[in-house]
Amino acid sequence: MSDVRDLIIVGSGPSGYTAAIYAARAALRPLVFEGAVTAGGALMNTTEVENFPGFPQGIMGPELMDNLRGQAERFGAELVTDDVTAMSLSGEIKVIVDGEGKEHRAHAVILAMGSGYRELGLPDEKRLSGHGVSWCATCDGFFFRGQDIAVVGGGDSAIEEALFLTKFAETVTIIHRRDELRASRIMAERALANPKLRFAWNSTVTAIHGTDKVSSVTLADVATGQERELAVTGLFIAIGHDPRSELVADQVQTDESGYVLVEGRTTQVLSGGTVLPGVFAAGDLVDHTYRQAITAAGTGCAAALDAERFLAVREHALSATV
Amino acid sequence: MALITVTDASFADDVLMSDKPVLVDYWAVWCGPCRMIAPILEEIDATHSDKITIAKLNVDENPRIASDYGIVSIPTLNVFQGGKVVKQIIGAKPKAALLKDLAEYL
Repeated sequence: MSDVRDLIIVGSGPSGYTAAIYAARAALRPLVFEGAVTAGGALMNTTEVENFPGFPQGIMGPELMDNLRGQAERFGAELVTDDVTAMSLSGEIKVIVDGEGKEHRAHAVILAMGSGYRELGLPDEKRLSGHGVSWCATCDGFFFRGQDIAVVGGGDSAIEEALFLTKFAETVTIIHRRDELRASRIMAERALANPKLRFAWNSTVTAIHGTDKVSSVTLADVATGQERELAVTGLFIAIGHDPRSELVADQVQTDESGYVLVEGRTTQVLSGGTVLPGVFAAGDLVDHTYRQAITAAGTGCAAALDAERFLAVREHALSATV
Repeated sequence: MALITVTDASFADDVLMSDKPVLVDYWAVWCGPCRMIAPILEEIDATHSDKITIAKLNVDENPRIASDYGIVSIPTLNVFQGGKVVKQIIGAKPKAALLKDLAEYL
C-alpha cells in the first residue's frame, strides 16, 4: 500500500495553501490539487488586499497567493495545477481522481475548493460573456476606458469592483435590488462619495442586449415591475458566490446553500450526522459568514492540525495492533 | 522554440504574415487568470511549436492591436491563419480544454 499518501488537499487559495504549509511542515508531504484555472482561488482576481494582517501597505491578491504557494512548496508540498473530477471519501482510503482520470489515494483529505461566482441566469449572459459581460473587473476594466458601464450587486465585492472600474470608465452604475448597500460601511461610504458612481436602486437586470457586444441592459423595478433600458457597454456581475461542493454533495452534509458542514469548532466534515473520519474542510467551502482571506487561512491551518492529529492517532492504533 | 512576444509594431509581420498559424495570447500583468494560463501555453508551445506559434501580446503596452480586434476581456486567445482570426477562446481554461479547442491547429 505504498501508493497511499498521508494527505491530499483539494483546492488552493488561502485555505488550501495554508493547510499545505502546516501539513508540509509536519512532514505529511501533502499533494495539493490547486485547480487548473482556479489555482490561487478568488484572490487571483482581486487587486490590492488591504486587510491581510502583516502587510501594512497592502499587497496584491495574486502576489499574496504566490507567496503562500511558495511557502508551501518550500516545505515540501507537492503542488499540481489540475482539477479534481471525482472523490470517494467514505472508505478508510480516500480516492481522488484528477483531470486526466488518474487515481490518487490518501488516508486523509482536506477539502478547500472555495466558492465560484454566481451567474444571473439570463439567456444572453453566456453569449455575451467576454464581449462586455464580465466577472472580473481587474481583468477587463481596462477595456472600458471612457465608457458607461454597470455593476450588478450591492455587497463588498460589488462595491470594490465598481470603485476599481471608476479608474477607467466614464460612469459606473451600480444595479442593486435593494434600496441600500449591503457592503461594509467603509466601502459604502467610499461608493456614495464617488462622483463617477450612479445607483439604480431596487432594480434587477432582466435582459442583456447586444449583437457582437453588450449595448444595453433592461432593468426592472422590484416593486412595480416597471422596466427601463440602461445603455452600457459593459456589465460586471458581482452578486455573490456559491460553494464548490458539487463533487462531494452526495457524500457529505451540506446546508441548504451547499456549504459543507463541520463538527463544532473543528474542521471535521459531517456525514449522516456523524464525523466522516479523515475528511476535513476549510475556507469558503465551509464559511458563508466571514469569507475573508485571513479566516480562510485560519481554518486551513486548523484543518491541517486536525488532519495531523487524525493521522497520528491512526498510526498509533496501527502500531499497537502489530 | 520559445514563445514569442509581439507588439503593435511587429504584429503585422509576426502574426498576419506568418506561414504557420499563430495563437495570440492577449494578456496583462494585472490579470490573475492570465497568470494561470501562462504556464499552460508554455507547455503547449513546448510540444506543438512545429504546428503553431504562440505569441504573447501585452494589452497595456500595445493597446492598438487589442482595440483593433475588439478585445474587451482577457485572457483572450485568438488563432490567426492567413492573416485572419479563425478561432477565439475567451477566459482561462484547463489545459485539456484548451488542447481540445485548439485540436485542429495542433
